[in-house]
Amino acid sequence: MSLDPRQSAQTLLSARKVTKTFGSLTALDAVDLDVTRGEVLCIIGPSGSGKSTLLRCLNQIERFDRGAIWIDEELVGYRQDGDTLYELDDRAIARQRLACGMVFQRFNLFNHMTALQNVMEGPVTVLKRPRQEVRQEAIALLQRVGLSDKHDAYPAQLSGGQQQRVAIARALAMKPKLMLFDEPTSALDPELVGEVLTVMRDLAASGMTMIVVTHELGFAREVADRVIFMDGGRIVETGAPDQVLGEPSEQRTRDFIAAVLS
Amino acid sequence: MTPAAGSEAYRTPVRPDPTAFTIMPRRHYGRWLATALILLAIGGIVRAFALGQIEWSVVGQFLTAPAILFGLVNTIIMAIAAMALGITLGVLFAVMVMSPNPVLHYSAKGYIWFFRGTPLILQLLLWFNLALVFPTLGIPGLFEFRTVDVITPFMATLLGLGINQGAYTAEVVRAGILSVDQGQTEAAQSIGMARPTIMRRIVLPQAMRVIIPPVGNEFISMVKLTSLASVIQFSEILRNAQTIYFANGRVIELLIVAAIWYIAVVSVMSFGQHFLERRFSRGQANRGRGQ
Ligand SMILES: Nc1ncnc2c1ncn2[C@@H]1O[C@H](COP(=O)(O)OP(=O)(O)O)[C@@H](O)[C@H]1O
Ligand SMILES: [Mg+2]
Repeated sequence: MSLDPRQSAQTLLSARKVTKTFGSLTALDAVDLDVTRGEVLCIIGPSGSGKSTLLRCLNQIERFDRGAIWIDEELVGYRQDGDTLYELDDRAIARQRLACGMVFQRFNLFNHMTALQNVMEGPVTVLKRPRQEVRQEAIALLQRVGLSDKHDAYPAQLSGGQQQRVAIARALAMKPKLMLFDEPTSALDPELVGEVLTVMRDLAASGMTMIVVTHELGFAREVADRVIFMDGGRIVETGAPDQVLGEPSEQRTRDFIAAVLS
Repeated sequence: MTPAAGSEAYRTPVRPDPTAFTIMPRRHYGRWLATALILLAIGGIVRAFALGQIEWSVVGQFLTAPAILFGLVNTIIMAIAAMALGITLGVLFAVMVMSPNPVLHYSAKGYIWFFRGTPLILQLLLWFNLALVFPTLGIPGLFEFRTVDVITPFMATLLGLGINQGAYTAEVVRAGILSVDQGQTEAAQSIGMARPTIMRRIVLPQAMRVIIPPVGNEFISMVKLTSLASVIQFSEILRNAQTIYFANGRVIELLIVAAIWYIAVVSVMSFGQHFLERRFSRGQANRGRGQ
């Protein structure tokens, strides 16, 4: 592969011509993307426009058909030798996934584990770190997301907003370089959205690099450094929040924003 | 508050005070009738057995005879060993069937196809007579055994029952794995877990809730299936009962002895199953903690 997007050391993630099809449907159509360290990027766009698929490709939960992704100068999913790319095995892919933390629309907490066990699972089982040390960190993380009193609660005993905050703590416990959020508040009752956005706002303020798929335009305008509008598997428009959300140059963006606000 | 309340078109209807009613509970005449019929039937059966040509003292005498107890222990050991082998193979082959690797997938499919497709008693006979096909087992030059020395009645029974059970358990485990939401796997992937760890730490523990009731059932079946091994000379309880009645002619008495022990073992197991089910429903919303 002759593509080489390596630019400044400030770039954490680069995607070039990333393409993904499901049968005859093109979910991602040659997507190019660069994210700098510490940047908060919000992705908006109608349902089915490929936002989730993009995040899932970045974290290799979905395989993409063409294109390449680099995270922290490391090629994702392949080992490069000259112009030849060798597919990585399961273990190497699992190791690469450590770079990204992911927060899902439906939380996906491990149902058979308590909140504390959910947060400790990765560091103990995957990173093989000492349990006592991990426990202290997990307790601190749960405190950071405002759940100090819920250590021993199982997911089924928590509200959606609480579950999502545990999920954020679980992802942070792996000390990722990048956090991916896929509509983290879309499955929540309206009164619970705020508590999750507050945690995300704090995370952004702490300097975490974040890619957030969201329909919360207020949050995007306030927190994002840059907003991307996707439609039909392509990035249609990208720019500062005030520009993309305030005076979009594309008609499709205008229509979408009008539809969300109505 | 009804919007129309208070308006001229709407008047609150007058109703009697409900606390003044007396409530008569429903009468379940059918249940009483059914219970009476069942008790009558049981009484008839008990009477028939009590008056029939059964020497109950012989039943009592052989219930704890050494040969019977030895057979009972063999039955229990075999059921446990065969089930352990069956569950191990079942999990292994279920994971193989679900693997994206076509070699693993089709090997596992073939195994399930063969062992579900042939009668268990035939498989037992095949294992027991393995020496006819392969006089020796092992790797030539490295180590070799005479098949008749390795394939004892115990080994033949264990292999026959365990491997056959594995084919059935594989399907149960597969259903259990499928019952776990795909999001659990994705979340585990996102924290860097590799496939085997995801199975062991995340998917299988949650699949247990679905797997345990049918496997408990099959364990109970297994206790009774060990009796088939009497045809290949494994001295489990039924075979030992037969050996005794061939000598003393007390056929029904010894069959009753065996039946009593089977029922006792199965009852204890049903009880254990209940506790396992509770243990593995941790974290479930409908679990009703501490009940
Ligand atoms: N596993 C899949 N199989 C088939 N089609 C899929 C699959 N996942 C996503 N798609 C399709 O890909 C398109 C993009 O989906 P997605 O990335 O989930 O959109 P978004 O997150 O923007 O709503 C949609 O048309 C969707 O139906
Ligand atoms: Mg989506």
